[in-house]
Amino acid sequence: MTTTLPSGPTPRQGPGRRSGTLTAWLFLAPALLLFLYFKFIPMFEGLRMSFFEVRPYLGDEWVGTDNYRTILSDGAFVSAMWHSTALALGTTVGSLVLGLLLALLIEGKARYLWFVRTAAFLPVVTTMAAVAEVWRIMYHPGDTGMLNTIIGWLGIGPQPFLASEDSSLLSIMGMGIWRGTPYDMMIFLAGLVGVDRTLYEAAAVDGASTWRRLRHVTLPALRPVFWILFTLAAIRGLRVFVEVYVLTNGGPNGSSEVLMTLIYKLGLQRGDLGVAAAGSIVLFVATLLLTLLVQFLRRRQPK
Amino acid sequence: MRLDTALGLEDRRGPLAIIVKTVLYGGMVIVFTGPLVGLLVSAFGETLDPTGFSIVPDGFTLKNFFRAGEMGVYGYLLNSFVVVGFGLLLQMLVSVFAAYSLARKKFRGMTIVLLIMLATMMLPEEVIIIPLSVVLADVPPFHLDLIGSYAGMILPVGAWGFSILVMTEFMKEVPVELEEAAHIDGAGELRTFFTIILPLCRPALGVIGVFGFTMIWDQYLLPLIVATESSQWTLPIALRSLRADEESGIGVLLAASLLALLPSIIAFLIFQRQFMRGLTSGAIKG
Repeated sequence: MTTTLPSGPTPRQGPGRRSGTLTAWLFLAPALLLFLYFKFIPMFEGLRMSFFEVRPYLGDEWVGTDNYRTILSDGAFVSAMWHSTALALGTTVGSLVLGLLLALLIEGKARYLWFVRTAAFLPVVTTMAAVAEVWRIMYHPGDTGMLNTIIGWLGIGPQPFLASEDSSLLSIMGMGIWRGTPYDMMIFLAGLVGVDRTLYEAAAVDGASTWRRLRHVTLPALRPVFWILFTLAAIRGLRVFVEVYVLTNGGPNGSSEVLMTLIYKLGLQRGDLGVAAAGSIVLFVATLLLTLLVQFLRRRQPK
Repeated sequence: MRLDTALGLEDRRGPLAIIVKTVLYGGMVIVFTGPLVGLLVSAFGETLDPTGFSIVPDGFTLKNFFRAGEMGVYGYLLNSFVVVGFGLLLQMLVSVFAAYSLARKKFRGMTIVLLIMLATMMLPEEVIIIPLSVVLADVPPFHLDLIGSYAGMILPVGAWGFSILVMTEFMKEVPVELEEAAHIDGAGELRTFFTIILPLCRPALGVIGVFGFTMIWDQYLLPLIVATESSQWTLPIALRSLRADEESGIGVLLAASLLALLPSIIAFLIFQRQFMRGLTSGAIKG
């Protein structure tokens, strides 16, 4: 399939340019229509709703910025924002650090390493709802729960995990790190393949220790990968829903309520659609700001 | 001295290194697959109580799966398969069509279309879920109500920026000459597309197929807002309702969770190479 034909400006054959443009748009039409209906119209509808009191059958009523004022002065929303941020940050940093560490430890071409990698990667492809149910069972707070039995062997007393206000968010984070680490590990491994091998050899000739080689050759080469993973994971962390909904549904006593579980409750259980839409817009702006901030920090990094 | 890895761990062969590596790699496998093995073992086990969840088998029984049938789990599974089947078919068709246009045609407005694709990828689906529930209840301009229908769970996943972009990148690599030869032979646009371009794109179809499958299978919020009755639930959103059952304890929940997990794990194991390719191309290129 790689026959090299003489390249250069080949005159385009076939139908004329105008009908070519028409076919181009026809081929694009299904995608654009679906995006219009299920992405862009909802987006603008959401923006509109956030300025209205949405009343089905009665007609919406313009309320200006009241919805935003309501939600930003609501203690539950503000603490949900903090919970989302803490969860996103903890899960992201935990997965990144562990993922990098494991990628370094597992780098290589041996057959058994391939097996370990495949096995370790399984959490990433699992269905979140199902795996969260499994973790909920493993987090069983009694001293005979699975994880409590394991930490019992290490001499640690039974923990309440999801059942306590102090540890519910941390427990959700634990599951998030379990599921996020293999993904980061795999991307770091792909990045490690691209590191210039001659630099390793040069470092060895200069008598540099493994640690110095790691610090001055490997890690700088991984920097772009690191930033991409950080942005992706942090955004994913901010909009987390399923894990929290399944594991605790925000409880106990709101201690693990995150933005999306709260927005879901406001909008679809309590029917306060306008306020929920305003909350969604706040979440969107937060992810946007985060992306811009990371880009900004990345640009300022010395090359 | 050759150095192929950052730590040079692979080349250490002393007895201590072997012990350390065995513990390390064994530990990794146990930590990351343990919960899944535990699920497999306990779903076929006699356990009724959450405290009995373990990776050590305690007998073998199918009763959890029979009881799951009585509780409608196979109906939920069927719903999931209908949604993922039609959804994936739609998504792949839409992607190859759009990619063909983006990779092959030159037309005004192409940059804008590419920007639109990227914008949809930047927009988290969670952010629009509340207004989407309103739009789905009254789709303009025909005032269609898609709430409570399969279409409501399928159409919103029909177009996915990731698949379109992966497919576009791939199609750019297919030699233009083949297509021109087909045109000269008098083949029409659609015929060229289906007989020349598409067969050459098989590897990329594997990539977008396996990613699309896991993406649609894992949908949670969308079926949650669309399903109005329990008979319309997909398996992931039905799991919550299976938690407490007097007769089988956590047994049914485990059996159903296993059924929810298996398809994506099997898809991953079969299409592993394509999966890794999509993963790195998607993440590295951003």
